[in-house]
Amino acid sequence: MYAYTEYDQQLLNERVAQYRNQTERFLAGKLTDEEFLALRLQNGLYVQRHAPMLRVAIPYGMLNSAQVRVLAEISRDFDKGYAHFSTRQNIQYNWPALELVPDILEKLASVQMHAIQTSGNCIRNVTTDQFAGVATDELEDPRPWCEIIRQWSTFHPEFAYLPRKFKIAVNASESDRAAIKFHDIGVEIVKDAAGQTAFDIWVGGGLGRTPIVAEKVAEALPPKYLLSYLEAVLRVYNRYGRRDNKYKARIKILVKALGVEAFREKVEAEWAHMKDSEMDLPEAEVARMQAFFPAPAYATLADNPAELVEQRAANPGFDAWVKRNCTAHKQAGYMAVTLSLKATAVAPGDVTTEELFAIADLADQYSFGEIRSTHKQNVVLADVRQDQLFELWGKLKELGFATANIGCLTDVICCPGGDFCSLANAKSIPIAEQIQRQFDDLDYLYDLGDIELNISGCMNACGHHHIGNIGILGVDKKGEEYYQVSLGGCSGRDAKVGKIIGPSFFENDIAGVITKIIDVYVEKRIEGESFLSTYERVGMDPFKERVYAA
Amino acid sequence: MPRKIIKDRAIVEDSFTLVSEPGQLPANGDILVDIAILDDLQSELANRDGKVGIKVTGDVEPELLASHLDNLDLIAIEFPVFRDGRGYSLARILRDRLGYRGELRACGDVLRDQLFYMQRCGFNSFEPRDDRCIEDALNGLSDFTVTYQADALEKRPIYQRRP
Ligand code: HEM
Ligand code: SF4
Repeated sequence: MYAYTEYDQQLLNERVAQYRNQTERFLAGKLTDEEFLALRLQNGLYVQRHAPMLRVAIPYGMLNSAQVRVLAEISRDFDKGYAHFSTRQNIQYNWPALELVPDILEKLASVQMHAIQTSGNCIRNVTTDQFAGVATDELEDPRPWCEIIRQWSTFHPEFAYLPRKFKIAVNASESDRAAIKFHDIGVEIVKDAAGQTAFDIWVGGGLGRTPIVAEKVAEALPPKYLLSYLEAVLRVYNRYGRRDNKYKARIKILVKALGVEAFREKVEAEWAHMKDSEMDLPEAEVARMQAFFPAPAYATLADNPAELVEQRAANPGFDAWVKRNCTAHKQAGYMAVTLSLKATAVAPGDVTTEELFAIADLADQYSFGEIRSTHKQNVVLADVRQDQLFELWGKLKELGFATANIGCLTDVICCPGGDFCSLANAKSIPIAEQIQRQFDDLDYLYDLGDIELNISGCMNACGHHHIGNIGILGVDKKGEEYYQVSLGGCSGRDAKVGKIIGPSFFENDIAGVITKIIDVYVEKRIEGESFLSTYERVGMDPFKERVYAA
Repeated sequence: MPRKIIKDRAIVEDSFTLVSEPGQLPANGDILVDIAILDDLQSELANRDGKVGIKVTGDVEPELLASHLDNLDLIAIEFPVFRDGRGYSLARILRDRLGYRGELRACGDVLRDQLFYMQRCGFNSFEPRDDRCIEDALNGLSDFTVTYQADALEKRPIYQRRP
């Protein structure tokens, strides 16, 4: 993991002092609400339905156990005993007092954490694959590149007042678990013709009111140019992105308006002045960053040790959990374990103080003290010995993190919705619960296989509803909460925005509607076919007919 | 009374008078001309003592200014609202690409908490908003001692100058 140098720490300490001063000036009436709004947003502080909400950055989802313990302490000392993992690998607190936020930041800074640029119209926390560095299908570890981008984007003096927020994601794997094509910039690590690391740059993806799949603006960009190219894209966006209408201010609208060709020309014209300068990344710098992410001290082991084989044979529940929640690993004898934060009747992504402490302990015991957050709002222990899986499973069961549903219909992505969010049209957490209750038979879920179901409480799409294989969106119909359902979305390599099935549904009918959709899939699927493939083959009509049949 | 501004990290009196209509040109002294009327004034400006600056907004195309740069003592970039960040990019292009070395001023909705970034983008003078304390604003220039990126003042990003 990246470890702060003296100057990284100094920057953070100076930031805490700056924000403390800003808070004091606001409380003394020397900053207007609007001025403080822009400042507190750049620091992840929203004012929500019940209280402020503070979003803390987890750079590309990486945490160590000491950091998780501090997150736990904050949830205990400054919140009501819980925290919430977001769909951008960050963590949020729903009840901090505005005047105590500087103290929270100071505590975070003591373990190299912060809330810098977690909201506001600036470059946000860079995200990546939760299995970075251990995935069997990756070209190379994306995290050193993420850290390079993190440093470049942190307090970038030119890009703090962009037309709108700006999100960058990095992917290095076959399957794209970072949904890069739905980001303002998606950086894809590729190999050039000579087998050297290079980058494809995708620009203009996004969700919200206008969901758009990103377009490729640069191919096989040499690493030394990564930052100058990103800077050129940002400059073009900062200068020409719309500022008159907040719903048309994202870069996706600019790329659409200009067309990708003209957009690329503008970027290249800008870039011509920036490349081959001091901004070029020296190889030594890349090597230095890579050295922060060494393989942990793995033991020499073989895959599928005898005890694992026996334990799986003797315990169907354990076997199912290994199948669903454990992921193949680069290193023989290890697996990556996903802790499901999607048990029925728990808000997706929520964790309590005690659970956070427990996760830190488990990481120390079983996974070299490291923890990752996922954009699907779960938590990963990435380096667990296969001969210790059974023991870990037992402990996770006690904690309620062993629901063997990763990738299943009930592994729902869900925004806070009407229960917490002042922008919501409708509640979303109770909808997730309704569906989880309806589909409580694990064997049936396994039979259904991988299905992504995503729920947002309004068009802002924090719950990624557009890119769920099944998407649910809360809408407001004459003051009543209704839900629009879409099918066919996909966040991975074959990125697609789902299509709306038809008129929206009343809250109480949602579980029934999803059941009908699943029934159609089960009837129509050909042996081994996923929900998404079946939908793509048979189209919307059979689903539509069933759902709206009298 | 001349207004106070921050220039080169000190509080000084502003020597420039703003001219936004063609008829307003004072006989002598330093003037800051709105870019909208610059062309109308070209001939009068040539025969006049005193420094000349122009005032622009962040959306102006920098190439438009390129031919004037040698004759300008001041470029003032107006921020209509502090959230409009175009002026930051314009400043960097003027400094880094077009090599402008004269005074570069931020005016309009200019507040303490934006000054550090502005300075790094190449602004060396600031007109903080009238209703704010200029001494307090001056502190904003020293919020940080560490930076990661290349900027208008420091061409080397952190990886070229790591201690
Ligand atoms: C409860 C307070 C929240 C508020 C007020 C809020 C507000 C918003 C708004 C206004 C947008 C749309 C921005 C745009 O399209 O330009 C947005 C987007 C987004 N939010 Fe939230 N949000 C909240 C919580 C969350 C949470 C808890 C998560 C994660 C679970 C989240 C994840 C996202 C993501 C991923 C997007 C980006 C969608 C896109 O690419 O356009 N938000 N949010
Ligand atoms: S999608 Fe809407 S309701 Fe849900 S958190 Fe975002 S803004 Fe709130």
